[in-house]
This record gives sequence, structure tokens and C-alpha cells, in this order.
Amino acid sequence: MPGVAVMKLEKVTRRYTMGDQTLRALDEVDFEAWPGDLLAVMGTSGSGKSTLLNVLGCLDRPTSGRYLLDGQEVSSMSRDQLARVRNRTIGFVFQSFNLLSRTSALENVELPLLYAGVPTAERQRRSAEALTQVGLRERMLHMPNQLSGGQQQRVAIARAIVGRPKVILADEPTGNLDSRTSVEVMALFQRLWREGMTVLLVTHEPDIAAYASRVITMRDGKVKSDVRQEPRVADPAELPAPEAA
Amino acid sequence: MNPLQTLRVAGRALMRNKLRSLLTTLGVVIGVGAVIAMVALGEGARAKVEASFASMGANLLIILPGSMTAGGARGGFGSGSTLTWDDLKAIQGELQSSVLYAAPQLRGSAQIVSEDTNWATSVTGTSPDYFLIRSWPCSEGAVFTKSDIEGSNKVVVLGATVAENLFGQGVDPVGETVRIKNIPFTVVGLLARKGQSPTGQDYDDGAFVPYTTFQTKIQGGPQKFIAGGIFISAAPGQVSRAQEQISTLLRDRHRTAENADNDFSIRNMAEMASEQQESAQTLAILLASIAAVSLLVGGIGIMNIMLVSVTERTREIGIRMAIGARPRDILLQFLVEALSLSMLGGLLGLLVGIGGAWVGTRLGWPTVIRPEVAAIAMGFSAFIGVVFGLYPARKASQLDPIDALRFE
Repeated sequence: MPGVAVMKLEKVTRRYTMGDQTLRALDEVDFEAWPGDLLAVMGTSGSGKSTLLNVLGCLDRPTSGRYLLDGQEVSSMSRDQLARVRNRTIGFVFQSFNLLSRTSALENVELPLLYAGVPTAERQRRSAEALTQVGLRERMLHMPNQLSGGQQQRVAIARAIVGRPKVILADEPTGNLDSRTSVEVMALFQRLWREGMTVLLVTHEPDIAAYASRVITMRDGKVKSDVRQEPRVADPAELPAPEAA
Repeated sequence: MNPLQTLRVAGRALMRNKLRSLLTTLGVVIGVGAVIAMVALGEGARAKVEASFASMGANLLIILPGSMTAGGARGGFGSGSTLTWDDLKAIQGELQSSVLYAAPQLRGSAQIVSEDTNWATSVTGTSPDYFLIRSWPCSEGAVFTKSDIEGSNKVVVLGATVAENLFGQGVDPVGETVRIKNIPFTVVGLLARKGQSPTGQDYDDGAFVPYTTFQTKIQGGPQKFIAGGIFISAAPGQVSRAQEQISTLLRDRHRTAENADNDFSIRNMAEMASEQQESAQTLAILLASIAAVSLLVGGIGIMNIMLVSVTERTREIGIRMAIGARPRDILLQFLVEALSLSMLGGLLGLLVGIGGAWVGTRLGWPTVIRPEVAAIAMGFSAFIGVVFGLYPARKASQLDPIDALRFE
């Protein structure tokens, strides 16, 4: 395997206590993601895939075990340090887009740079660039409610990549999209991956997992299988044109 | 994020709920407005009292004879005859370090008659020093002189109200002749208008003649006792010392036994003035504290709305945290919002308060707006914003990003 693992989990356990019950969402998981991986994490609900994503995204901390992100020990970081890591090293894409309402696409994309302290002019230039990359150059000043679901998710992807992170983490990114826009979004992820980004997405749809280069299946908080595969190329042109509404 | 960007984000969040933001500030608007208006009113009342006491004369002491008991009826202060002309001379001669001027005041009332009309007023017999003690200059002519006293000259100085009633408004009465008890007096001076006493008495309604003339022509012959009081102007800062020295001197001269009460009384205008001022100040403090309570209520209103806002925007907070906002960025964002609300309220309240004071002035209550009061009110509203904004802001910053993101 080339170089250092981008994300490395060593015997990571995450337990939740609910009343007198203890739930092991992650049970001594060992896992490595390498540069150039386009990972799909599959599993039924309750299998621990969301917890895995939260831990990898530094939103949640393991109960025990070690997590190395880009060679850095994350488990013992302070809240401020974690915020910095989320800001610089990770880009998030959510199922429900999670854009700030009544805030233009451009300003949504600017947010990570705002918290990184990037000066205004550069912030705007880079945000416009990211929006151009996802094909929304013409809609930079639209509000989220003026955009379709696919467009909103593309804004979210632009927001995730604008800080040039090492890793993109996506939680069911196509969950709220129709199949055509799903393919468009997957095509976008594949492009980022080919450009050298590590992309990890959680999905429960085998169709979507088919676009990944590596598929991990989770069950009961453990990695059940870890398979490398030849990814299917996402090509929106193959799909029938959207029906006229 | 730098402060300017934080301010912009806060401003935008407040603009999203314009009506709500405005209503939230209302408590602070009313609080600050009330503080400004009330303090202005209180200050105005104080200034009025101050001015009216100043018009009575600075450092004024009045010595009145003790009471006289006749047939079981006690006459009250000034009814007895205990102050002698020698007492006055002793005060003038022996207490020069603390007493600037001392003048007798003999009072009577009389009908003053001019060529074609007449007017009943008080007639005061006194010396030229009296006008210095009362800080009462002439607008026309001059007050009578020492030689007028020595010669018991029939000269009179008129108050503005008397002159107006005898000769008409704007007429210079100097040189005219008026008759008091059928005796012709020459008008030598017209006193400048002085206005009203703190109790509403018209200072300008009076006529003044040399005390010697008063004794012989009005009172009916000289007496050993002063049938009135002695007005004293103490040296600056020496009011209480002068009061003590006069008291000691008079007790000594009157051979008052050590445990006996004074057979005279000394009225201290400075004391009266400060008492009145104190009551005005107490009123101002009372009003201001009521206003401060409404400011506090305004602060609670801000806290309430900020808490609602934090709950409403939980998801936004989660998103911001996920993409790299530190707890302190979130804290600052909500704190600045609360601060903007309270400062906006303070600013509007300042305008309301100034407006209220202006209306008060138009309604006849004097008001004084002091810039430091405005500054304190603004500072206090900023303080309120921080204090009541801190809890909601802290709550927001301590949210767990995962919970916040899941929040519906």
C-alpha cells in the first residue's frame, strides 16, 4: 500500500449508554483508508456505519482505541483542535445537504474559509472556483431554496472541497436524490477521487456502492467484509433524460 | 473569524427576524429611555432648587429674635425683642473673620402711593449691605448709601413688581416721588428682577428704605431692639463657623445660662438648600432605580429570545461546528447578537429618553441631560447584553455537534 494511511483506526470502540443498556456501536474496529481510496461503507441501520463516520469525521470520540488522521493522533485532542481538524483536513457532505438557509450558495461555500480566517478576496475567489468545479458557476448567488436537491448537494460538495481537505466524508449523499442526480453526484465524487482525494461515503444502496473502489460492510459494530473492486464509471450521459415536468 | 465578520453574521441573523429583534430590544429601549428621562427630570429639579436658593443669596444666615410669651400665648420666632442694635454692631465688629456683611431687616407693610395710583407692599428698613448679602443689584439708579442712613433720608429703592404697578412697565422710576404713610420718599434705585423664592414668594414685591428712616417715619421712633432680623453673609466656606461664632457671641452678650436655650435662632439657607436638594436627589435615585429595574427586565427579554434563537438554530450551530467553527466562534456569534440587540435598544432608548426630556421641558418641568448619564446608560445596556447573552451563547457553544446536526 502506498504511503501513510489517511485514516487509521486501531481497536476503536464506541459505546453508548442508554439507561442501563450499553450499546456497542463500534466494537474494536481496525480500519485503514489509503490515499486514492473511494470507499463505500455499507450496512443495515444500527450496524455502526454512522458512528464510524462520526468518529472518522472527528464529530465523535472513540470510547477506547486510537484514531490517527493523516498521521495525527486525534483521540486526545481538545474541542478547539478537533474543530481545526474538521476545518482543514475533512470535508463533510450530508444526506440532507445541511446548507444554511437564506444564505447564498457562495456564502455557504465560504463558511469553512471564514472559520479558517482566509481573507475576504481570496475566500470569494476560492469559493467561486469550487462552485465552478461542481458546475454551479451560474447559480452562485441563489439561495438554497431556489436550487434543486441535486444542486443543493453540489453546493454542499463545493463547501466540502473548498478548504482543500485530505478526506471527503459523505453520509448517504444520494439518499435524498433521484437516481439521475445520484449518478451526477457520484460522477462528481469519482472526479474528486481521480484528482487524488480520499472519499468515504456511507450508503445502504448497492447501486451506489458499485461506484466505489473499495466496499466495507459493517454489522453489529464490526467490519464484516472489506472488498476491493473495479468501480463502475458514473456517467450521467448513460441515463435517460429527465422527464419533462 | 475576525470581529467584523462576526458582527456581519450577527447583523444578518437579527435582520432575518426584524420584528422580533425590534420587539426584543423594546425592554431595553424603555429601560434606557426611562433612565435618561428620569435622571434628566431629577437633575432639572435639582438645578431649579439650586438656582432659587442661589437667588436668596450665597452663604446666607438669618438671625431672628426668640419668641415672646404674652398671656400664655407663645409668639413664635421673631416675635420677641431680644436682638439689639448693639448685638448687630458686635457681630459687625468682632466677627470679621467669618462674617462678610451683616444688615438689619425691619419689616412692615404699607400702602405706597404714586401720583396717580397706589400699591400695598412690604417695606423693609435696612442698610446698603443688605443688597450685597442678597446679591441683589439695581437695574436703574443705585441703592441708598451710608450717608442716607446717617441722615435718615427719605429715599426708597423699589422692587420691580412695585415699580411696575406704580409707574407701568418699562418706566424708569428713579427720581420720582412716592408717598409712604403720607411721607414723600424719593426713588433712588430700581432693583433688578429676582423672581420667586423656593416657596413661591415674589422677591420683587417690596420697597426698601434706610433703617433709620424706617424707625423714625414708619415704625414710630427708634427702639433699643431690632424689630425684625439680622441678615448675615458669611465668608465663603465659613457658614458653619460663622453660625457657631454668632451663637457664642449672642449667648455671651445676652448672658444666657449654660443650660438654657438660645433666645434667638439662626437660619442657615445652605442647610435648607441642601435638604431640598437631597429630597430632589432621593426622588431622582428612586426614579432611576425603577428605570434600572425595567432595564433588567429588558435584559431578561433578550436572554429569553436568545435562548429561543439558540434552540431554533441548533442545526445551524451543528453545521457550523462540523465545518470547523470552534466553541468560541459560536459563543462569540451569539454574544455579539445579544450585544447588538441591547446596544440597539440602548441607542433607541437614548433617543426616546431625550425625546421624553424634551416633552417634559415643553410641559414645564425643567430637565438637564448630562452626557455622562447617557454614556452610563449605554454602558449599562452593553453590560446587560453581555450578562444576559452569555448564558444562551455558552449553551450554544457547548452543544454536541452530532446532536446538533440531528436536531429537527
